[in-house]
Amino acid sequence: MKPFSFSTTALTLDTYRQELADPAAGGYASFEGWVRNHNEGHAVTRLEYEAFEALANKEGERIVNEAIARFGVLKAACVHRVGSLEIGDVAVWVGVSSRHRAEAFAACRYIIDEVKHRVPIWKKEHYINGDSGWVNCERCAVPGHDHAHEHPHAHDHK
Amino acid sequence: MSAEAPLFGLVLAGGASTRMQRDKAAIEYHGQSQLHWTFHLLSHVCAATFVSVRPDQREEPTRAGLPQIVDRQPGIGPIAGITAALQAHPKAAWLVVACDLPFLNEQTLRHLIEHRDPHKLATAYKSSHDGLPEPLCAIWEPAAREPLLAYLAAGKQCPRKFLINADTLLLDLPDARALDNVNTADEYRATVTELGAPSTPSHAGHGDHHPSSPSQSGTDQSINTAALKAEAGSTDSKPRTLRIQYYAILREQAGRSEETLDTTAATPAELYDELSRRHPFQLAAAQLKVALNSEFSDWHTPLRHGDTVVFIPPVAGG
Repeated sequence: MKPFSFSTTALTLDTYRQELADPAAGGYASFEGWVRNHNEGHAVTRLEYEAFEALANKEGERIVNEAIARFGVLKAACVHRVGSLEIGDVAVWVGVSSRHRAEAFAACRYIIDEVKHRVPIWKKEHYINGDSGWVNCERCAVPGHDHAHEHPHAHDHK
Repeated sequence: MSAEAPLFGLVLAGGASTRMQRDKAAIEYHGQSQLHWTFHLLSHVCAATFVSVRPDQREEPTRAGLPQIVDRQPGIGPIAGITAALQAHPKAAWLVVACDLPFLNEQTLRHLIEHRDPHKLATAYKSSHDGLPEPLCAIWEPAAREPLLAYLAAGKQCPRKFLINADTLLLDLPDARALDNVNTADEYRATVTELGAPSTPSHAGHGDHHPSSPSQSGTDQSINTAALKAEAGSTDSKPRTLRIQYYAILREQAGRSEETLDTTAATPAELYDELSRRHPFQLAAAQLKVALNSEFSDWHTPLRHGDTVVFIPPVAGG
């Protein structure tokens, strides 16, 4: 599978997992980001993801290749949704297969952190009161503010 | 976002000018070559403007330096230029204008644009002489491309006959003389006399049938200034055509996914500054990143003609 790709339909997690199978692998770690029903104290009803795909695919692939090189894992990949998502939908999947578990967890963590920080993907939240807003662009729009990583309230899927 | 295709301008300047016995594109009626004068007229009303040329005309001094669309089938007349433009930018509609229309004015172009029907294959003026469509001051929609190619494949080359048989919206000319063209040396001398000395853009002192009013002299003046700047050779002041794509909050605030712009902005920083005056952007440049041609870039990288620019708002994947 491609190191990084987008999907306009529900993510097929089992097929992705099988793609990372490797006879040398002693384990597989994955991360799923889910759409949750609240952010920063606001009740969220749904999300829309939009991406600058030409650049996002390149930057996403760079991140996955960095993780493979840095942590020495066997295989890794990431798939991100675009379009309209409901509460509970899987917005992003990261999978890593490796000889031992420590580097699988580390590579998985690295990929999701870097994707959130570097890949041109935007998220519009729709709130229960009918309002909507682009995450990190509106309520937190402070010039020079470094948005994703340091945000304790960024839309994290934990 | 508009459902209409963006409007690009095409100056037809590929003709052989056999009857004139000199290059019609280089002739001056308004203090500059007809090609440059027409180019700047179109630049005022189109998102991007190009000059149609035959392959052998690319380096010709009057034409070099302007954005060009090169004929793919040279030797078959203006239909080659129109077809090449529709193929080069298949999503754009084209305001096609011949360069030998010294009485043309911005009002005539704006009237055509205001009455354009994008669901037709073309919007054109009726000739004030015979009532038939004027293909060389007309808007050709993207949907005209395939029928035009079929028309060429059938061995036909007359754009006027194409429009007669196509689904064309025909408009009456608001100014009966605006599309009078100049083909012979005698007509040229008469036109120069009528428009005044070639170096003088003023059109004062003519009858009320004349396309130009005193208020338009100002327009001509500003066109001349732009042309002089463009011809002065300074890279920084030379307008370049850029494509700007918008995503997420910037797409919503610009009210469009992309646009094409002729600009003298030399860097992405200058470009964002210019765009911020035209669109209600609230994000400061410091909050954005910038990409040129689908790769991250620096804010001070020199912009080149034809670049695609994307300003990247704070991201929020995951």
